[in-house]
Amino acid sequence: MAHTADWALKVWAPDLGGLFIQAAQGMYALMGVELEETPCVERTIALTGQDAEDMLVGFLEELLYQAEIHGEGYRSFDVRFEEQQLTAVLCAVPVRGQGKEIKAVTYHGLKIMEAPQGLETVIVFDV
Amino acid sequence: MIPLKAFEKLSAYEWRLPLGFRRDMRVPVRFFATQGLLEHALQDASVEQALNASTLPGVLGEVLVMPDVHQGYGFPIGGVAAMSYPDGVISPGAIGYDINCGVRLLSTNLLLEEVQPHLPQLAEALNRACPSGVGKGGGMKLSESELRQVCAQGAKWTKKQGFASETDVLLTEEEGCLTGADPDQLSERAIERGRTQLGTLGSGNHFMEVSLIEEVFDEEAARVMGLYEGCLTVMIHCGSRGLGHQVCSDHVRLLQGVPARYGIELPDRELVCAPLDSKEGQHYLAAMNAAANFAFANRQVLTAQAREAFEQVLAGKVPDWHLRQVYDIAHNMGKLEEHSFDGKLRKVCVHRKGATRAFGPGMPGVPQRYQKTGQPVLVPGSMGTASWVLVGTEESMARSLGSCCHGAGRLMSRSKAKKQVRGEDLRRELAEQGILLKAGSLSGLAEEAPQAYKDVDEVVETVSGAGIARKVARLRPVLVIKG
Repeated sequence: MAHTADWALKVWAPDLGGLFIQAAQGMYALMGVELEETPCVERTIALTGQDAEDMLVGFLEELLYQAEIHGEGYRSFDVRFEEQQLTAVLCAVPVRGQGKEIKAVTYHGLKIMEAPQGLETVIVFDV
Repeated sequence: MIPLKAFEKLSAYEWRLPLGFRRDMRVPVRFFATQGLLEHALQDASVEQALNASTLPGVLGEVLVMPDVHQGYGFPIGGVAAMSYPDGVISPGAIGYDINCGVRLLSTNLLLEEVQPHLPQLAEALNRACPSGVGKGGGMKLSESELRQVCAQGAKWTKKQGFASETDVLLTEEEGCLTGADPDQLSERAIERGRTQLGTLGSGNHFMEVSLIEEVFDEEAARVMGLYEGCLTVMIHCGSRGLGHQVCSDHVRLLQGVPARYGIELPDRELVCAPLDSKEGQHYLAAMNAAANFAFANRQVLTAQAREAFEQVLAGKVPDWHLRQVYDIAHNMGKLEEHSFDGKLRKVCVHRKGATRAFGPGMPGVPQRYQKTGQPVLVPGSMGTASWVLVGTEESMARSLGSCCHGAGRLMSRSKAKKQVRGEDLRRELAEQGILLKAGSLSGLAEEAPQAYKDVDEVVETVSGAGIARKVARLRPVLVIKG
């Protein structure tokens, strides 16, 4: 999506967990992340947030951090919620390559809304 | 969209949305812009974001918008706002994710004709010496303890390590070290990200550029800066890298829910904030200062690396290959300063996001060398266009909180730029203009195409026409290193 200075990604999914997964995969696509074709290792991420949008930012930032510092990406995701807590079981593999850098995930205009497909949102990334 | 007629036209270069234009404004909003640039600003959310900034508790005077404005998150890029100290708020979104993103300019006695035969070799040497592009490091490998020292001491640490001279430090804003930095306020992740990134350019719109001084407008100011028509300069544009991004991200998240505790209602979540005298506000300020010091150190280490590259390629081939510090400025920062409001001097936290400090002659904080001329203001344009050197003026102190523009400002989204421009074509076009380019990514290059940016000459004409800066020199790029 067009956004003057940065990248904006629109994602939609039937439910909240699916939305988070689409957001993660969309972010990887924007970054040009390539994952190794090796057997994956299971990882678990747990985080809390003020609301779903806050958890979405935290979740995507976690993925950015893991890619940058540990060179790790995730081939599949199982995301679950309990009130203000997110738990994600991830299939981790090394990142083979990455085309672009994202500085941060922003809250700019971030609102998860009901849509005909279920839920949708637009996430703006600082690049 | 807000119609143009809603603005009070104060001059050819200044416009205002008065108090009361929107019910929740605490102060007016002043725009430094030609009509054309203001019309550009109305195409995205810049003006609305400036209005949102005018609602922040403790905001004093006017919110200011520079002519290179474009939409940011929460606060426009090109925005300036002063918050009363200590009871006004501090907002990470009004400073930016890349804390102390800024520009350094170095002068030389090199003529283009003596360097021209060696430009390809110089490009390779600079590209190797100053890592750019995507990657988890590529820079110096610091221990945690060393990184904390960098964040506490900034450019002063680099001097102790032999990367900087006394002059380099003196000719850096704040002498390259903000007091009040506390590395203990950095998260583990910020430390982890910073440990391998000192001495790296990064990607996006960051660059290192060799330029020709094409025209001098103020001979005396240029002489004081060591700038002579026909000579080359080196400009470095980068910031605090992953460490700074992490500090901003950490605090934007940590502060969610905090404004409500202080009875603050926000029109935009990215304007999340806390009173400066609160525990949360003080923690962010201390962490921001630490990240800012990292950025000053980063640009200094890159300078040392660039100096090595110049020596490696040019020693023995030209009489003088040395790079001399002109100045180093920040354009994403929150600074504690004193400014006059209704005739009374007040201590404030000036938030500048995509805006440069532009202190005039005689001001404290301006290096001794520039006390008569005013502080240098460095305005990089886009690739293939010009960059500018200006100086701050007494008018800027009176009318723009000692602030000025920071660059050309984006006009076009990255996705649109990529659709309209092919990176390889752009590289060829720039070569035809005599600009040698080393870029890590062709699609990244397309996103940074000149047509994606405003006309930097019009931006500079605006600030000089408004009297908040004075032209010193116009630079034309000959070599650009981009991530």
